Amino acid sequence: MRVFATQVVLIAQRSFIRTFRQPGVWIPPLLFPLMLMAVNSNGLRAATHLPGFPTNSFLDFFLPFSFMQGALFASAIAGTDLARDIDTGFLNRLALTPVRGSALLLGQIGGAVGLGAVQAVVYLFVGLIAGVHVDAGAAGALLILVLAVLIAVGFGTLGLWLGLRTGSGEGVQAQFPLLFFTLFISSMNLPRNLIEVGWFRDIATVNPVSYFIEALRSLIIEGWNAEALLLGFGLVLGLIAVAMALAARQLKVRMART
Amino acid sequence: MFLNMRAGEGIEVEGLARVFKDVRAVDGIDLSIRPGEIYGFLGPNGAGKSTTVHMLTTLLPPTSGRATVAGYDVVREGAKVRSVIGAALQEAALDPFLTGREHLRLQASLHSIHGEQRTQLMGKLLDRVGLTFAADRKVRTYSGGMKRRLDLALALIHDPAILFLDEPTTGLDPQSRTALWEEVARLAREEGVTVFLTTQYLEEADVLADRVGIIDHGHIVAEGTPAQLKAEIGKPTVEVVPEQPQELERLRGLLARFGTETASRPGAHAVQLDGHGALPEVIRALDLEGLRAEQINLHQPTLDDVFLAKTGRSLEGAESE
Repeated sequence: MRVFATQVVLIAQRSFIRTFRQPGVWIPPLLFPLMLMAVNSNGLRAATHLPGFPTNSFLDFFLPFSFMQGALFASAIAGTDLARDIDTGFLNRLALTPVRGSALLLGQIGGAVGLGAVQAVVYLFVGLIAGVHVDAGAAGALLILVLAVLIAVGFGTLGLWLGLRTGSGEGVQAQFPLLFFTLFISSMNLPRNLIEVGWFRDIATVNPVSYFIEALRSLIIEGWNAEALLLGFGLVLGLIAVAMALAARQLKVRMART
Repeated sequence: MFLNMRAGEGIEVEGLARVFKDVRAVDGIDLSIRPGEIYGFLGPNGAGKSTTVHMLTTLLPPTSGRATVAGYDVVREGAKVRSVIGAALQEAALDPFLTGREHLRLQASLHSIHGEQRTQLMGKLLDRVGLTFAADRKVRTYSGGMKRRLDLALALIHDPAILFLDEPTTGLDPQSRTALWEEVARLAREEGVTVFLTTQYLEEADVLADRVGIIDHGHIVAEGTPAQLKAEIGKPTVEVVPEQPQELERLRGLLARFGTETASRPGAHAVQLDGHGALPEVIRALDLEGLRAEQINLHQPTLDDVFLAKTGRSLEGAESE
C-alpha cells in the first residue's frame, strides 16, 4: 500500500511540475474564465430583472461557470499530456517500471486535482474581491472549493480516457469543443425555470453539468440547499466513477504489458 | 554497482510470432543469447526488430511462441522480466519539461530506490554518461546525443542484467555514436550486462556485436558472429599495385599461391584469399621475393554483402514493409 501511494505521489508530482512549467498551458485557463466572468457579469446584468431570477447580482449567479470552464480546461490538459506520453513513448518507459496502472491513472488525476485546486482558489478569491457574497458562509466557500476540485477530477479523468483512446494531443483537442458544448446547453446563463425554449430546457434538465452548476450556485445565492448539493455531489461522483472505469479499461489496451 | 542476481541467464526464444491483423510482423523466430553477450539484431525498417523488442520487454504480448528473459517467461512472469531488464526504446522517451536529474529521480523512485542510495546512483550514472553538467537543465534543451545518453542512464538505474537498446544511435552524430558504442561495450565487458541491440547500421552491428541476427520480413535470415557471416559469403580479397608496372606478371605468380584470381583495377592484381594465406603472409612473401608494392588493399566482405546474399536486396535503404 505504501509503495502504491508513493507511485501515485510520484506520478502526480511529475504531472503537476510539467503543467506548471508550461505557463502557456495554465495561464490562459486561469485568465479566460475570469475575463468571461467580468464581461458577462456586466453585459448580462439585465437578466437579473427577469421575474423569478434568483438573485440581483449576475456575478453571484455566473461565478460557478468559471469553475466549470476551469474543469474543462483541466480535462483538456490532462488528456493532452497523457496523449503526448503515449506519442513520445513515455508511457512505455513508465510501463517498464513496477508502476501499477491504477497508480498511473490516480497520479495523472493528481495533476488535474492540483490544477483544479489552484484554479478554484483563484476564481473564488477574485469573485469575492469583485463582490460575490457566499450565502452559505465560510463553510459554504470551502464546500465550493471541494466540489470544484471534484468536478475538475471528473472532467480530468474524462480527459485521460480521451487521451488514452486517441493517443494524440490533437485528438484530445478535437474532442474538447464537444465537452465545451455540454457547458453551453446547461443552465449556465439562466435558471432552468426561466429557459423558455422547450428543447433547450429539456436538454439542460438531463445535462449533469446543470446540476454541477446549480450545486455551486446554491451555496452562493441560496445558502444550504440539500437537494441541489446531493444532486451535484452525487452526479460528480458518478462522473468520476464512470470516467475512471472508462480510463482504466482503455489503459489496459494502451499499456498491454504482460 | 552490483551485478544483478539473474545475470547468469540470457534470452531464449522459440517460435516467437506477432501478427497485426494480416501482417506477420515477427514470424516464428528462434534466438539463444548468452549472458554477457552483445547481440546485434540487424534489419531494415519494418523488418520486425522493434516488435521483437516490445515482446521481449513485455510491452507486447506475442501471438504465439515463447520467450524467456533472464529465465523468466515474458508472458507469465512479466513483472519479474521487467525487474531485471533495462530498455532504451526507439525514440528517447523523455519529458521535455523535466530535468535530467528529475527523470532519474522519478525512474529510481518507481524502482523503489530511495534516499542516499538513489542520490549516489544518480550521481554515478550522470557522471558515466557525461551529463553531470546538464543534470539540472530541462531535457528540451538537450541535443539528440544528450537525450540518448540520458535514456541509457535511465535504462541502467536499477542495475539490469539485460539491456535492450532499440536503434540507440539513429540520428546521432558520429561522435555521439562512438561514445554510446564505447559505453555499451564497457557495460558488457566490465559489468557482464547482456545487450540486445537492434540496428539498421551495418557498422554498428559489426563494431559492437559479438553475434548478429539478420531479420527480414519477420524471419531471421542469418545468424552468427560478424566474421562468420562474412566468411559464409566470401573470403577477403587482396589487391596489390606493384611499384614497377613490369613486375605485374611476377606478382600474378606470387599471389596465385594465396588464392583465386579475381577482378582488379588496371595496373594491379587481385586474388580472393583461399583461407590458407592471410594478409601478413602475402606481405611477407612480397618482401621475400623483393617485390615492392605501391599499394596493398584488403577488401573484406561486409554485412551488407551478407544481407544481399540472403535476401537479394541491399540493406542500405531497404524497407521491409
